[in-house]
Parts: sequence; structure tokens; C-alpha cells
Amino acid sequence: MNKPTLIALKTCTWIACLYPLAALIYGAVSDPVNGLGPDPTGRIEFSTGLAALRLLVISLAITPLRKLSPRLSFLIKFRRLLGLFAFFYASIHLIAYVGLYASFDPNTIYQDVLKRRFITVGVLAWLLLVPLALTSTTAAIKRLGGKRWNQLHKLVYAAVCLGLLHYWWQVKTGVTTPLGITLVTAALFLARPVLDWWKARKAARLKSQVA
Amino acid sequence: MHIRKSDPISGSNIPSSEITPRDQWMNRRNFIAAAAATGAVALGAERISEILAPSSSVHAETKLQTVKSPLTTTGEELTSFQDITHYNNFYEFGENKSDPAQNAGVLPTRPWTVKISGLVKTPKTFDIDSLMKLHPLEDRTYRFRCVEGWSMVIPWVGYSLSELIKRCDPLSNAKYVQFLSYFNGKVEKWAPFGYNWPYSEGLRMDEAMNPLTLLTVGLYGEELPKQDGAPVRVIVPWKYGFKSAKSIVEIKFVEKQPHTTWNDAASNEYGFYSNVNPNVDHPRWSQKTERVIGKPFYAQRKPTLMFNGYGDFVASLYNGMDLRKYY
Repeated sequence: MNKPTLIALKTCTWIACLYPLAALIYGAVSDPVNGLGPDPTGRIEFSTGLAALRLLVISLAITPLRKLSPRLSFLIKFRRLLGLFAFFYASIHLIAYVGLYASFDPNTIYQDVLKRRFITVGVLAWLLLVPLALTSTTAAIKRLGGKRWNQLHKLVYAAVCLGLLHYWWQVKTGVTTPLGITLVTAALFLARPVLDWWKARKAARLKSQVA
Repeated sequence: MHIRKSDPISGSNIPSSEITPRDQWMNRRNFIAAAAATGAVALGAERISEILAPSSSVHAETKLQTVKSPLTTTGEELTSFQDITHYNNFYEFGENKSDPAQNAGVLPTRPWTVKISGLVKTPKTFDIDSLMKLHPLEDRTYRFRCVEGWSMVIPWVGYSLSELIKRCDPLSNAKYVQFLSYFNGKVEKWAPFGYNWPYSEGLRMDEAMNPLTLLTVGLYGEELPKQDGAPVRVIVPWKYGFKSAKSIVEIKFVEKQPHTTWNDAASNEYGFYSNVNPNVDHPRWSQKTERVIGKPFYAQRKPTLMFNGYGDFVASLYNGMDLRKYY
């Protein structure tokens, strides 16, 4: 891939990643009373949470996509960006909870984290993302070494699972809005072993043909 | 006055039926919006003026003759008509808050009858028009607190449910009142699976007879919009909103506590009583505070009041009851 194309694609990714935040800021600024809808607190919390989860799931899609074809291998250049934006939205989501739901009251937060399982797993998911964000720099990868870095970053699977659980436990019984993203995640989780098996079979066939 | 001046801004997409009552429901918010719109148009901006010409449909009908009531709640800023009609929980028309405003138009509210059944001297059926003339209609503004943690202040129109109950001659063994909502899977095709339709709610007889319990037929001086439970619903202002059944087709007097739809769905989360109570948390969130709908995000949160602030009227109904056990 040539450099101008890569720069253009990265710019598009930045714009797409900033869109949820821009929509919130535009709503709040353009019309302080109604711009974020009847329940602005709910809107901020929902859209940042959804953005975080979606970006995490998209970042998970990169490895399976690369396995499909060597021509897609450039996608790896986008994974850090997606992951960091996921962490960024997860952090706004957390800060919005602390300010707009718990009114910065440490006791309320403490009680919520202890008693409410959807908040417990939500906070856990965010905590799992912290070391991943901190070790996202090239220097950190070098310092840790590729193998250890890869092992550490397997935590993203746990973070996604906890994030989905957080979503399911937050909605009312019977409400199925988290189903779509859950199915996509499940497909991505399955994609890796399936693609590996498919590649192995292809390789074996080639080998036998040569022999 | 400012509203009048700015009407030409929003142009012809306001139905004429909506223009008259606007003066009535003009509150501080609309006043500010109108003033802002006047200014904004001068600058060539169009977005703010959309507030004055809400784009989604409002399924409202005609204006009602009403009288004042001493039971109305005063001193609260009213939630706008726009928010009351576009932020609804009415799962038969979809799970999202904006769904009912879009989908409830198909609800056939005329002709409409309400069946009085169960433990009464003589079961009967009221036509909606006779039900609306049974007693003078009153303006009753109440606080409205949803179990989800948000709240509104809503100017309902109706009369005490007790007026209807008195005319139904319930038998002495009628201990509870059950409300059943309209349900037709062909009409309400958005109703999610897994719920016990038709929507069922209930009150203890003394709760139903409390003068605050309102048989509600209107909102902001007009007939109820469909997404708010047209043509007739109950409003029980000291309980979480889901206790106030919408679009009622049957009122049944029974001896045993009736099943209720949300209790069937998740009994640990939605009790039969469901009185607004800041001291008893929902299993998944605190009920100590609430978010006021229609305020900016930094000014939404306020403390929740015991019995939603109606304790003087209703606390005695629960003397000696453990409200943690009977949540």
C-alpha cells in the first residue's frame, strides 16, 4: 500500500472514530436544552458505551480479516488506533457515570461497584483496558518483547466479554438490543480457529500435490 | 406573546389543531426556545426553529373542557409536550423511547369500550365517550417517576378513579383492581416476545380508591395522545410509572392480588407495590436520585422523594408494612 492511500485511510478512520463524540458535542452546543434529546445523560452514557464496545469489536476483526488474504495485512496498522479510541470512549463512559450518575460521590460509587453486577463488570472491563492502553506504544512493545506483549493483549478478549455482559445486564429483562453485537463478537471469536483450520487444510493439500 | 410572533417561522408544517393549545403549554423552556428561534432566524439558522415545529407525529385529538382541582401539584416546572409525547415506554409499540411516537398511530381509539368485570354487582361496559362524561374532567399536574430513574412533571386531565369505582358497585370480597390494556398482535406488531401480553397491572382496593389515583383521558388540556395511552389510562403518581396502565379495555375486580406484566417478567425487579422509594434500590441501580427529562445534562439530577412527594396523601395506606419486603 502506498503512503498517500494509507494517510487517506487513516484520516477517514480518525473521522469515523471521532464522530460519536462530535455528535454529542454538536448536540450539546447547538441547542443546550434539546440538542441531546429528552434524556441527555442517558444519551451520553449510551452512545459512549456503544462506541467503545463497537470499536473493540472492530479491532478484534482485524486479525481474522488479515488471515483471509495477504493483501489485507496492512489492516494491522489500524488496530492500535481503534483500540485506543475504544479506551478513550470507555473512559468518557466511566467519567460520565462518575459525574452524571454518581454525582462524584465516592460512597455512591463504592456501593454501586460492590452491589450492582453490571457496574462491577463494566469497571472491570475498563480496568483490563488500562494496561493495554499503557503498553500500546512502539517502545512498550519493544520493551516487553513481541511474545509477552501478545500474551498481555489477549486481555482484550476478556474485556470484550465483560463489556457485552455489562450491556446485557444493564438492559431490561426481555430486551434484546445487545444481541447483534454479541453475535458479531461470537462470529469473530469463532473465525480464528475456523480460519486456522482452513489454512492448514489448504497448506496440506498443496503439500500433497507437490509430493 | 413571543410564541405568536414566531409562529410564522415554523411555517405551515404546524397543523392548525396544534397552534391553539400552544399558549397553554408554553413554559419557560418554550419561551426561551421561541426567543432563541426569533434570534436564530435573524442569523439564518434553522435548527432551533425545529423545536417549535416538532418533526415527529403527535397522535393527539381534540381539546377538553376541564375544571381546576385542589389535588393538582403546583410549583413544578412542566415537562414539555414534545418530551412527554416523544419519550415513552409503551412496549407494545416498540422498545425504544422514540418508538411509540412513531408507531402508536395505528391504535384504534374509536370506538372504544371499557369492560367492568369480576366481583361487581352487575358487570357492564362503558363507551369511552360516556366514561369521559361520567364526572367533570379535572386538570391534575403530577410528578411522574419511572422505575428506570427518570422523571417528568405532567399536566394530566381526568378524574379520580374512585368516581368510576363507586358507580361499579364492587362486592365486599373485591380486594384488588386489575387493569388490562388493549392488545392485538396484528396491530401492535412491535410488541417483543417474552412478555405476558396483554399488559396487566393492579392496585389494592384502597390504593385504587385513593383520590390521587387518576382515571386519565387527557394531557395538556387535550385528549391523550396515543403514545401516552389513549384513550384512557390510570395514573398512580406515588408509584413507578409502569404501575399506571395505558389504553385500558378492562377493569376487573378480584379477590387475590392480580398478576402484573413486569412482575411476571422480572419479579425481583418490579414488585406489585412499586411505590416510589429512594431507600429501596432497584437491584441494578439506586433509586435515591432521578434524572429530570428535558434539562441539560449537567442539571438533570435531583433527589427522589418518598412516595414521589405524595406521602401526605398515601403514607397511611402502608402503615405497619415493610416496604423493603413489599417493594
